[in-house]
Amino acid sequence: MFVHHHEAWWIMLPKAFLVINIVMLFFAFTTWLERKLLGRMQNRYGPNRAGPKGLLVPIADLLKLIRKEAFAPIAAKEPLYIIAPVVSMFTALAAFSVLPWGPGWSFGHHYIRGTVVNVPISLILIFALGSIGIYGFIVGGWASESKYSLLGSMRTCAQLVSYEVSLALSVLGVVLMGQSLSLQEIVDKQQTTLWFFIPQAVGLIVFILGGIAETSRAPFDLPEADTELVAGYHTEYSGMRWGLFQSAEYINMITLSGLCVTLFFDGYHFPWVHSLDVVGPVWFVLKLFALVSIFIWLRATQPRLRYDQLMRFGWKILLPVATANAVVTAALVVAVK
Amino acid sequence: MAVVPNTLKGFGVTLKQIFKKPITQQYPEYKRPVYPRFRGRHRLNRFENGLEKCVGCSLCAAACPADCIRVVPAENTPENRVSAGERYARIYEINMSRCIFCGYCELACPFDAITLGNDFEISEHNRDDLIYTKDMLLAPPLKQVPVADPDLYDTPIPYYKDHA
Repeated sequence: MFVHHHEAWWIMLPKAFLVINIVMLFFAFTTWLERKLLGRMQNRYGPNRAGPKGLLVPIADLLKLIRKEAFAPIAAKEPLYIIAPVVSMFTALAAFSVLPWGPGWSFGHHYIRGTVVNVPISLILIFALGSIGIYGFIVGGWASESKYSLLGSMRTCAQLVSYEVSLALSVLGVVLMGQSLSLQEIVDKQQTTLWFFIPQAVGLIVFILGGIAETSRAPFDLPEADTELVAGYHTEYSGMRWGLFQSAEYINMITLSGLCVTLFFDGYHFPWVHSLDVVGPVWFVLKLFALVSIFIWLRATQPRLRYDQLMRFGWKILLPVATANAVVTAALVVAVK
Repeated sequence: MAVVPNTLKGFGVTLKQIFKKPITQQYPEYKRPVYPRFRGRHRLNRFENGLEKCVGCSLCAAACPADCIRVVPAENTPENRVSAGERYARIYEINMSRCIFCGYCELACPFDAITLGNDFEISEHNRDDLIYTKDMLLAPPLKQVPVADPDLYDTPIPYYKDHA
């Protein structure tokens, strides 16, 4: 299982291209799924005009955003203003590359690996890329040269930095149990033991709550707070530049769900029947969209937190729980050995 | 610690809605009947003999809070008899982009010449097309909007009016 296979560069490149485009496609249809599910949960139909069942709505959105004027404030700090959404989008897409979505397949002498890149510290890489993505938000708000954008990006960054701590600590339990920082090895470890969502149930809850705040989705969507605040760091963005921020947010959510599936739900493996692992990507995508649907369900159900409630919850509840979970897991892992 | 069970209860409520039929009415396919007293696009009326009811008195224009009615009267002559009165409206225009559909013109009119109909699908691509001329207002409406049964939906006479 741990045999090192070599993958030819002419397989790697088209595969990376394909994965990026599939992630973009997932993003497009996550927006569709979100609208549809929210609609049905609010006794509405949701999109049903563009194409069958409204499936062409993401395409229509894309066309609209691309054709729209990309208005920029005259005082905006030009290069940074333009680069900020690109940075967010880039880190969001790059983070997906280390997630394992398949067991790897051999065709004669050729080997196709089930990740885009397999690095031994993939978990740290994901968190590092996520932190760089925050730069996109704060620089975008600052470079807009508007006080509302600046305040919005302060708000966003305070939230993201606060919850990143809990998020990283909640993963620590899994790392201790999996004895590795490589997502591939954590997935393989779950094959031999339990899926980690059972022993790490507390970690999972903290991870999901922290992850929702980290991807700024309801009920922690204070960076945007559509109904009562100015949009936040992307107030001065329009057209596809705004679209890049928005897609970065959704792709972050997809990556985070993917990470959650990898860490707690055994990634691409099918429970009990190991022969079904050949079509690993199918199970991976199914598990991923189950989680995304839970995120949407949460958005349809829970009202938004106030800012002080958000901070109190993050620092006084989530962080101690995550720390305790990590400490207890460490003690148990040592005791069992 | 009632927070946790209450939160979970909320999830149950939202999940249940998925299996219900949405209450949205699919508008262009299904047009909900308007209420009997709905105030829509204006119509100018005629007598059965074909003469216009409007005598060009401009009371509607005076009553209009949005100032969207323009009336230019002219004298009826034996050769050219348009309305039942002494004068008739040579020009009668309503600027629909300003009209607020308050129905004061209808109230002000002494001859029931102008009434508000039921049509509400009157958007145009061009603002100039929203200035309705007399010919357009006199013509029978192009689109017929279904009207709900007055017996079922018309407001009953309020108590204070009935017992005044």
